Amino acid sequence: MTQQKPLLSVNHLKTYFQSDDGLVKAVDGINFDVYQGETVCIVGESGCGKSVTAMSIMGLLPDSSTIQGSINLDGEELTKLSKGNMRRIRGNKLSMIFQEPMTSLNPVMTIGEQITEVLLEHQVISKKQAIKKSLELIKLVGIGRGEQIIKSYPHQLSGGMLQRVMIAIALACDPKMLIADEPTTALDVTIQAQVLNLLQDLKEETNMSMLLITHDLGVVAEVADRVVVMYAGKVVEQGTVEEIFTDPKHPYTRGLLQAKPVLGSRKKRLYTIPGQVPKLVDLKPSCYFADRCEHCMEICTQQTPELKCNDNSEHKVACWLYEKEVVHQ
Amino acid sequence: MSYSNNEVIQTDHITKTVQRSSLWKEVMKRFFKRKMAIAGLIILLLVFLFSFIGPFFSPYMTAGTNPQEIHQAPSLSHWLGTDHLGRDVLTRLMLAGRISLTVGIGAMLLAVTIGGILGILAGYYGGLIDQIVMRIADILMTLPGLPLLFIMAAIMSEWQVPAEQRLYIVMIMLSLVNWPSLARLIRSQVLSLREREFMVATEVLGLRDKRKVLNHLLPNVVPLLIVTATLSVGGAILSESVLSFFGLGVVPPTASWGNMINTANTLIDFTNRPWLWIPPGVAIFVTVIAVNLLGDGLRDSIDPNMKGR
Ligand SMILES: Nc1ncnc2c1ncn2[C@@H]1O[C@H](COP(=O)(O)OP(=O)(O)O)[C@@H](O)[C@H]1O
Ligand code: SF4
Ligand SMILES: [Mg+2]
Repeated sequence: MTQQKPLLSVNHLKTYFQSDDGLVKAVDGINFDVYQGETVCIVGESGCGKSVTAMSIMGLLPDSSTIQGSINLDGEELTKLSKGNMRRIRGNKLSMIFQEPMTSLNPVMTIGEQITEVLLEHQVISKKQAIKKSLELIKLVGIGRGEQIIKSYPHQLSGGMLQRVMIAIALACDPKMLIADEPTTALDVTIQAQVLNLLQDLKEETNMSMLLITHDLGVVAEVADRVVVMYAGKVVEQGTVEEIFTDPKHPYTRGLLQAKPVLGSRKKRLYTIPGQVPKLVDLKPSCYFADRCEHCMEICTQQTPELKCNDNSEHKVACWLYEKEVVHQ
Repeated sequence: MSYSNNEVIQTDHITKTVQRSSLWKEVMKRFFKRKMAIAGLIILLLVFLFSFIGPFFSPYMTAGTNPQEIHQAPSLSHWLGTDHLGRDVLTRLMLAGRISLTVGIGAMLLAVTIGGILGILAGYYGGLIDQIVMRIADILMTLPGLPLLFIMAAIMSEWQVPAEQRLYIVMIMLSLVNWPSLARLIRSQVLSLREREFMVATEVLGLRDKRKVLNHLLPNVVPLLIVTATLSVGGAILSESVLSFFGLGVVPPTASWGNMINTANTLIDFTNRPWLWIPPGVAIFVTVIAVNLLGDGLRDSIDPNMKGR
C-alpha cells in the first residue's frame, strides 16, 4: 500500500502534559500512517498513550499539554490549523466514537435531535432533509423502527443500541477518517462482536479509513489491516496483521498475544504480562519494557532502541534483540 | 462468527415507553405524586385568583377613601373591617396581592435572567469573563442583602421617585441583590456539566459554541433554574414586604402587603385593631410557605442533579 499517499500521517508526534509529578511524556515521538480504506489498530495496555494519541489527532488536548511533530490529514497539517478550521473538520471529515455510549449522549436531548444536529452543523441542508438523513443513518447502523428511535431519549435505549447511534452520528457527514477509541469495551461480549462487524461493514461500504484503538488483540485479529503496538508512549512494533500475529518480534507483543482472550468467549485471561506500565515521568534512556522483559540485556537499560525495519518488509520493531550491531551476550 | 449488516435489532420493547414518556411528562408524573407540592400549587393559584380576579367582585374596588367609615371592625359589609382612611381592608388586601406577587415574580424573572446568563457565560468560557462576573458577584454577596436594600431604598426616597414607579425600582433592587447567588449556582452546575462526557462529545463533533450552549448546556441547566427561580419568589416577596413595611419599598397609596401591615404602626392599632395587620401578615406567610412547598416539590420531581441517570 506504499504506492499512494497516506490519508493520515503522524510524524514525530510528542504530546507532553505538565503535571504535579513533572512532565508526563504521554506520547513520545510516534510515527504511523493510515491509508485510504484501511483499518489500523493501535494496541497496548491501559496507560500507554493510546487515547492521548487519538485526542492529539482530534486537536482536543487540555491546556496543560504541549504538542510537537506533525499530523497530516488529507494534505492538511492539523497541528497548524486555527481553532475554527479544526472545528469544521471534526465531526465532518474526521470523526470519532467513544468507549462509553451511555454517557456520550446528552440525556435531555432526543436521539433524533442529536443526529440532525451534526448534519445541520456541517452541511448545508434543511431540517427536513436532516431528519430524513437521520432516519437513513439509523437504518444503516442496523436499528429498526427509526421513527420511534429518533423520538426517544438515551436512557430508553440499551448500550448496544446507543453505540450504534453513536456510530450513526459519527458517520453522519461521511468522514474520511474515523477514530474509534475502545468502541466496544463498555459493551456485553455478544454485542461487542456485532458492533465490530457493523463498523467493519460500514468501513468497507464507505471506503473510509479507520483508526481503531483497543487493548484487545482479539478485536485486532478480526478487523485490522495493520497494527501499531504502543508501549509507554512509544511505538514498539508495527506491521501488517499477519506479520504481527504470525511473527511477533517485540517481547511485549508476544506477551500481549499470549494474554489474548478469545473473542466472544467469557473465559478469563490465561496469562498476563507480569509487572505494569511505568509512570511516564522522568524515564531514563532505556527500553521502557526492560523491567518486565525476560530477554533484558545490559544495553536495554542504557539506551532506547529505535523503531526500524530489519528486513525488506514494513515490519518494524524497537528492540535491541533485533539490532544487528549489538553483540548478543 | 459473522453478523450481517442488514440484521436489524429488535426494538419493540421500547415502543411503549417512548410513547408514554417525554422527559417532562415523567417529571409531571412524579410531581403529581407529591401532596405537599400540590397543596402549595393550589394555594398559590387561590392567592392569584384572590388578588387578580377577587377585586372585581368587591363593591369597594373604586371606592377609595371614605371619612365616614374609618376604623370599622369586621362586619357583613366590610368582612375585614376598614383602615384609618375608611378603605375596605379586604379589597386592599387583594389589590396589595397584585403588587406583592408582581414584584416577587418580576424580581425573580430579572434575577434569573441576569444570574442565568452570567452564570452560564462564566462557567462555560471561564477565564477573564469568569473572573469579572464572579468578582462582582462576590462583592455583592459579601454585602449583607437587607442593609444594602435599605440604602438603595433610602436613595430612592431621596430622589423622590414617584409612588407608581417605585414598584419597578424595587424589582430591580431585589434582582440586583439576588442574581449573584443564582449566577454562582448556575456556574457551578455548568462547570460540572462541562466535564460530562456528552459535552466532550459536542467538542468531538465540531459543534459551534452557540449549539453547545443553547442545545446542550441550557436544557441541562433549566431544571435547576426553574427550582431556584420558584424558591426565590418567596424570598423576593418577603424582602419586598420588609422594605415596604419600613416605608422604603412600595409606598402608599399603592398597596402592598408589607405597607398594609405598617398601617397598624401604633400600639393602639396593633392591640385594638388586629384586622389591620393580621390579614396581610397571613397573606405573606401563606404565600411564602406555598411557594416553598411548590419549589421543594419541583426540585424533588425534576431531580436537577440528574441522579440515577
Ligand atoms: N490530562 C492529562 N494530564 C496528565 N497526564 C495525562 C493526561 N491525560 C493522560 N495522561 C497520562 O497519559 C498516559 C496515557 O494515557 P492514555 O492515553 O489515556 O492511555 P490509554 O492507552 O489507556 O488510552 C497516562 O499515564 C495518563 O496518566
Ligand atoms: S530492548 Fe531489551 S528489554 Fe526491551 S524488549 Fe527488547 S530485549 Fe526486552
Ligand atoms: Mg484510553
